[in-house]
Amino acid sequence: MNPLKKHEFLEKNSVVLLIAIIVVVLIGGIVEIIPLFRAETVIERVEGVRPYTPLELAGYNIYLREGCYNCHSQQIRPLRDEVARYGHYSLAAESMYDHPFQWGSKRTGPDLARVGKKYSDEWHVAHMMDPRSVVPESIMPSYGFLMKKGAKLHDLDDHLKALRMVGVPYTDEMIANAEKDAIRQATGEAVTDISGLTARYGEAVAARDFDGQPKLISEMDALIAYLQVLGTMVDFEATKQIEAEMNAKEAQK
Amino acid sequence: MTASERDAPDYNYDIARYFTLATCFWGVVGMLVGLLIALQMAFPVLNIEPYLTFGRLRPLHTSAVIFAFGGNALFATSYYVVQRTCHVRLWGDKLSSFTFWGYQAFIVMAGLGYVFGVTQAKEYAEPEWYADLWLTIVWVAYLVVFMMTIVKRKEPHLYVANWFFLAFIITVAVLHIGNNLHIPVDFLSAKSYSVPAGVQSAMIQWWYGHNAVGFFLTAGFLGMMYYFVPKRAERPVYSYRLSIVHFWSLIFIYIWAGPHHLHYTALPDWAQTLGMTFSIMLWMPSWGGMINGMMTLSGAWHKLRKDPVLQFMIVSLAFYGMSTFEGPLMSIRAVNALSHYTDWTIGHVHSGALGWVGFITFGCLYYLVPKLWNREEVYSLKLVSLHLWIATLGIVLYITAMWVSGIMQGLMWRSYNELGFLTYSFVETVAAMHPYYIIRALGGLLYLSGSLIMCYNFYRTIKGDVAVGEFDKDGNPRLPVTAQ
Repeated sequence: MNPLKKHEFLEKNSVVLLIAIIVVVLIGGIVEIIPLFRAETVIERVEGVRPYTPLELAGYNIYLREGCYNCHSQQIRPLRDEVARYGHYSLAAESMYDHPFQWGSKRTGPDLARVGKKYSDEWHVAHMMDPRSVVPESIMPSYGFLMKKGAKLHDLDDHLKALRMVGVPYTDEMIANAEKDAIRQATGEAVTDISGLTARYGEAVAARDFDGQPKLISEMDALIAYLQVLGTMVDFEATKQIEAEMNAKEAQK
Repeated sequence: MTASERDAPDYNYDIARYFTLATCFWGVVGMLVGLLIALQMAFPVLNIEPYLTFGRLRPLHTSAVIFAFGGNALFATSYYVVQRTCHVRLWGDKLSSFTFWGYQAFIVMAGLGYVFGVTQAKEYAEPEWYADLWLTIVWVAYLVVFMMTIVKRKEPHLYVANWFFLAFIITVAVLHIGNNLHIPVDFLSAKSYSVPAGVQSAMIQWWYGHNAVGFFLTAGFLGMMYYFVPKRAERPVYSYRLSIVHFWSLIFIYIWAGPHHLHYTALPDWAQTLGMTFSIMLWMPSWGGMINGMMTLSGAWHKLRKDPVLQFMIVSLAFYGMSTFEGPLMSIRAVNALSHYTDWTIGHVHSGALGWVGFITFGCLYYLVPKLWNREEVYSLKLVSLHLWIATLGIVLYITAMWVSGIMQGLMWRSYNELGFLTYSFVETVAAMHPYYIIRALGGLLYLSGSLIMCYNFYRTIKGDVAVGEFDKDGNPRLPVTAQ
């Protein structure tokens, strides 16, 4: 039987052709995507990764809005020079609450996966206001307007609710306190009581006036809060412990 | 008048005219924004916060050239080709007209969103949920118009160009829906969150992203190639058998290639390896298409000497061949370790986008515009030739600048000194790229100038003019005409 004759059938029956095309293009996607939803084989168990605080989430959304991902990656590859330049290679768990991921595809500027705590808040403010004042060769746009623009906090509870619908473990308490937590985090522990915030998101949450303007909770506050937490959540010591336990279990089998 | 012309149905050329004009308009807009952001990388002072920063304009550039320029070209040509090859008027005048206005509305909606900071922050899938829903409606209408025309066809066989258009339309629908599963924060809010997160969202995004290249920018444009190259060369397609083999292998294999965008990331290794393997396999069906297109000139190579329109088409196939060889090369993990995150990727994309997608579009439009406006030939084939050479020079400047700056930056990043420390700080690599960014912008300027020449040529063609001292594609002199 001549296969060309068989193909003629498809050329004369357009609906069958359409269905055949759909079947052929679905296969690859199904094989590559579906297994990834068995999370235990994809995301390693680590200590410390938590959902963003409401203020950090507002910062994440500013990062998205400004298209930072067009020039900055958040994915350190396990290559010698990258680990030397940026720190421990990125783990799957570190972006498990990013809807969507911000790994990026281009480094016009440096990787930001572990930029948290590398620079002071003051450096970040100066850098955003005028990048070339701190890095003369930089080609980054300036983002001074973030200082003047108040961060939108009143609808953060809706954001948390939407994220809970897609699987981020925000509790009712976190949702109810979303705006207050954001205000407290940007006001700082020096001035206000942050015990509720730390009870909900952990002791490591940084609460301070990030932009140095006590009178305004600006978008700069939110963005810097986000940048300062990037790559700092994983407790690599505790993770080593988990790995050792898992290896021991494997050995027993 | 031949018998077939007498029996010709009353084709709907109006819709193809609209889409053709929109292609020219958005092409110029998209390239202009491209030139601006290229200059912003050389001279950061050109960023005007908050609306006109690189971060907001880059999606405007990519969407304008891919979806506005490329999309309108696909609409124009697919509507033209499906009527001609099915020998029947395009089905649904009102619905096809809706696809035109609906699609332009989508472009404006998406573009305004970027400038005002409304984005899903996923490359080539930046439009927010409301624009995505609207596009879904328009796209389903497109599929219905196209399919119904096929169903009503007078020719028993469905010509190969239509297989490619069909695969493009349906697969883009699947990809668009699959990658835009988002939950809006509120129905009055433009903001939404994607359903998958982290690794899964990365895999789905690049399943979409790579196949936006594979189906939007490849399968669809191959459909154009399969109609317009044989038409202009006045030769049948080189091999029917090859077109079957490369069609099915191309659409089957392309879908798997996405994970090569995620080498050495937190995506599981098995997925990365699958992506790399299929990307390398993809080289063969890609070259199948190139060979089928180029060899269509068998026995007619002499036409290439005199006809700049055919030259556009053949040069585009050469760029297609080159970038589909470079792609598999860059998908090899060891090569990708160097090329990823650098300008090499940008250069690669542009050899495909400017060389293949741009040139095949220009070639097809130069054939199509005289047909649609009932002219013998374009106003001036000499201007077509000028466009070809200016644009080619632009591409050469663009891609060589990006090769040099990309490979240089990749090597600088991994360079160690004799004490075992990294030799260069990050910003030293940024400073080193400055001259190449200027060369790239110059290349972009040349390419844009070529497109403006094309628009002028079309303006005069539609007006009915013929330039002085013109020859037709076979080398016969033409009488100059200046319409009143």
